[in-house]
Amino acid sequence: MNTVNNNALYTYVLGLADDALILGQRTAEWCSRGPFLEEDVALSNLTLDYIGRARMFYQYAAKIEGKGRTEDDLAYFRDEREFSNLIINELPNFDFGFAMVRQYFLDVHACLYLPKMMLSSDQHLAQIAAKAIKESRYHLKRSETWVLQLGLGTEESQRRLQSAIDELWGYTPELFIMSEAEAELAQCGVAVARDSLHASWTAQVSAHLSAASFTIPEQDWKVVGGRTGEHSEHLGHLLSEMQIIQRSYPNLEW
Amino acid sequence: MQYISLVTPEYAARRANRANSDCADWWSILDQVFDPELPLVTIWDLGILVNVEKLADFSCKVTVSPTYSGCPAVDMISDDIVIALNQAGVENVAVEVSLSPAWNTAMISPDGKAAMLKQGIAPPGDTINCPQCHSENVNVISQFGSTACKALYRCNSCLEPFDYFKEF
Repeated sequence: MNTVNNNALYTYVLGLADDALILGQRTAEWCSRGPFLEEDVALSNLTLDYIGRARMFYQYAAKIEGKGRTEDDLAYFRDEREFSNLIINELPNFDFGFAMVRQYFLDVHACLYLPKMMLSSDQHLAQIAAKAIKESRYHLKRSETWVLQLGLGTEESQRRLQSAIDELWGYTPELFIMSEAEAELAQCGVAVARDSLHASWTAQVSAHLSAASFTIPEQDWKVVGGRTGEHSEHLGHLLSEMQIIQRSYPNLEW
Repeated sequence: MQYISLVTPEYAARRANRANSDCADWWSILDQVFDPELPLVTIWDLGILVNVEKLADFSCKVTVSPTYSGCPAVDMISDDIVIALNQAGVENVAVEVSLSPAWNTAMISPDGKAAMLKQGIAPPGDTINCPQCHSENVNVISQFGSTACKALYRCNSCLEPFDYFKEF
């Protein structure tokens, strides 16, 4: 086995942490705004799972970096261009249908990705994946049911979800693009080769969308760049809201 | 109560580990620590208390494994463990939160399941019965209930809503 490049490992883990934090923060916006009480509770619980994941990854990233930074430093004191989450995670919620389609796309992805991550030669990453996969399988049960229910629901729910699918489709190729760090770490069995998951993901998602009466969009456009810090206009606003307390009162504790 | 207790291999392994430990008194002290979100279930019965060890310097090391990644109760549980041991005169206590072995519902003790039932929560299992009237005629209202580890159900027989501790 090749020796693991510490910088690449830090970059890789930080990307996973940013993915989890940004989606968690975005989903947290539903708290008190869910379409009905039970759904509000469910969305808030979903958020907790992602924030929990983000903490595990940030703690590990901080340890790998070894410069004395903490999970909070990484979450609250980095700027937009330093965040390396995939763009699909930062897009606004728009409406419940949009948020559910995004969640469904990401849940299918997680249920393909995490079982591979459980086989990582990095023990700590394998342990985090073993924890997270159970949650993601549960999330998927829920999001795939919503996609089906809204697809076969009313004319309006069908229309709204189809437009969400069309809008989100171009953000999904990025889920399967290998960063430099990932490519290097995949060689030594640490990172998951996410490019190898694309065909299974497309097959699974297409079958379910068709069953729910949706049209599969053409893959004729895509937006990429999140891993290298090139984001949509939405991330900065999310970060300003999330970081303002720590930026105004550094090291404040509850 | 119609509950038939079956000891899972996971729970049997935990019980054996505890029985073979050289710090039985410390384990007993921790039987007084309850999960903050399940007030009748101890951390031992819930299965999140993984190990209690006496280290070479005679300090006490406690290992816990959280139920869910984002379980907000972990910090409070760690504090409760330190407080319980300190109050019993054990001064030097360190709590380690470990991801391995990953917690699952098979680690819950039979007493833990009985305690859930007593507070109106359907314990994890193959069949989900209403904790009030034991009917099997139930349906899910929401896959997430009052906490991440529970789902919300309703009994179609007695019409009472109830929490179900998810099989995990």
